[in-house]
Amino acid sequence: MSLPAAAEAHRAIQAVWQLEAPALVGALMRLTHDLALAEDCAQDALLAALERWPQDGLPRNPAAWLMTTAKHRALDRLRHGQVTVREQAALGLDADARHDAVAPDPLALMLADEAAPLRDEVLPLLFIACHPLLSREAQWALTLRLVGGLSVAEIARACFAQEATVAARITRAKKTLAGQPYGLPPAAERQQRLANVCTVLYLMFNEGYAAHSGPDWTRPTLCHEALRLTRMLAALCPTDSEVLALQALMELQASRLPARADAQGRPVLLMDQDRRRWDPLLRQRGLQALARAEGLAQGNPGPLLVQALLAACHARALRAEDTDWARILQLYDALLEAQPSPVVALNRAVALSQAQGPAAALPEVDRLAQALHGYPWWASARAELCTKLDRPHEALAALDLAIAWTHNEAERALLQARRAGVESRLGPAPC
Amino acid sequence: MPRYMIQVRATPMSEAGEFPDDPTLVARMMAFHEELAHAGVLLDCSGLMPSSQGFRVRYSAQGEPTVIDGPFAETKELIAGYTLIEVRSRDEALAWARRFPAPFPGQACDIEVRPLFGGMTDASPEEAARELREQLGQIRGER
Repeated sequence: MSLPAAAEAHRAIQAVWQLEAPALVGALMRLTHDLALAEDCAQDALLAALERWPQDGLPRNPAAWLMTTAKHRALDRLRHGQVTVREQAALGLDADARHDAVAPDPLALMLADEAAPLRDEVLPLLFIACHPLLSREAQWALTLRLVGGLSVAEIARACFAQEATVAARITRAKKTLAGQPYGLPPAAERQQRLANVCTVLYLMFNEGYAAHSGPDWTRPTLCHEALRLTRMLAALCPTDSEVLALQALMELQASRLPARADAQGRPVLLMDQDRRRWDPLLRQRGLQALARAEGLAQGNPGPLLVQALLAACHARALRAEDTDWARILQLYDALLEAQPSPVVALNRAVALSQAQGPAAALPEVDRLAQALHGYPWWASARAELCTKLDRPHEALAALDLAIAWTHNEAERALLQARRAGVESRLGPAPC
Repeated sequence: MPRYMIQVRATPMSEAGEFPDDPTLVARMMAFHEELAHAGVLLDCSGLMPSSQGFRVRYSAQGEPTVIDGPFAETKELIAGYTLIEVRSRDEALAWARRFPAPFPGQACDIEVRPLFGGMTDASPEEAARELREQLGQIRGER
């Protein structure tokens, strides 16, 4: 096979494997309760496919082939002591689990395990990957690895981190999780754990949507993966209002991605975006998911639903000046009550400025000065209000703070452009 | 994220408004689309009625429209259904397309998979034209 043909074959095999990765890792997890082993064996199956398929051709049922291969590798490893009893103990397997994993005829046991459909494997994997014991970065890395099937290199690129850092994060996370029960959490815990998964995915999306640091304004891969995982979650939990609200929120925000940067990649803020560039399909999907979430909430909206309703206020305004700020203010009041936080309070103040004018909003913003010290969007919002109130010197001072506080280069460029705009209206500086 | 449209090409049978005589087909089609939904990649899907139910608007070189009612003769060029997916790569689109159930069991038939142009949702006319030309330029450059 020629080199380009071989590379193409490898990419095709990797794509097939990626689709099956969560099913492979999930099945092996159920059987061995050992995350490191499960993942290694799923990888082994990929390597085996890369070796065999180009010679033998694509198997009739690639998914089943990968599953059988992965299970055989797991058994080999268990049998040949690559995972010793002591290691199993260190990994937290109790005597019963160990017994199950290396039962008298473990091969029969494992192969008899009916391959569960992918949908049954995804939820337990999401629960373990988004485990509250892990740091946020570890939750993202593990979720992208286990459920997204992304390679360490791909995760590193998506998260703007070093490959070695990501690899170490994943290894540490697996150690942290050793001994944690696998499967669906007991009913009493489930709602909380599901909310946790939603939070992890939402933060992943947000980091992709407005990167905290680095040269780029957005990290599309992170956005897309979070959206895709949330769509998976919504398909699995079609009666959970908050899960559907999260999907709605992400579809609506993602619908704005094409308008969030100009041709030069510079950020364009919501009110300045060319709304004709919003993606109509995603907007429509978002509004549909929102309608379902609202129906399920039965008049008792959770925090994600309120945020999705907020996003919908913007999505429904075909021109920026059509935005229903009174409704937005009302929703922020509800959100602030459910989830009091300085950032929500800041957003409420911005809505207040639109609904009732900058003079009403400035005291609200100033009240948050302490709580949001170091948060560039606080300073940016204050600058905006001061500009509107014709207090350019204060606006400049606030923009200087925002410029000093931001860690994102595209954001800094935007702020600097705004600063130059305010300064130019000051006229020549007095000598 | 790239979007692909899996198009099911029409057959004489689909154009005649007949349904394949395979009691498992609907179940398999639904299971496949459910799988797409559970993998988070399905955006939209639908079957299309035979071209006898549709019409065309044909434009002369001068832009004069003429309406022509179906059915249309070139069966193999007609579309009988579509599935719109959003995936990470062409390879992933191919991996999914390979799993698409044969839509007309017992007959030779085609599905065709085409990438959508990206990022031109109602942009300003100048920008849309520019992006379109850019994307087409990239395709010509790849050849």
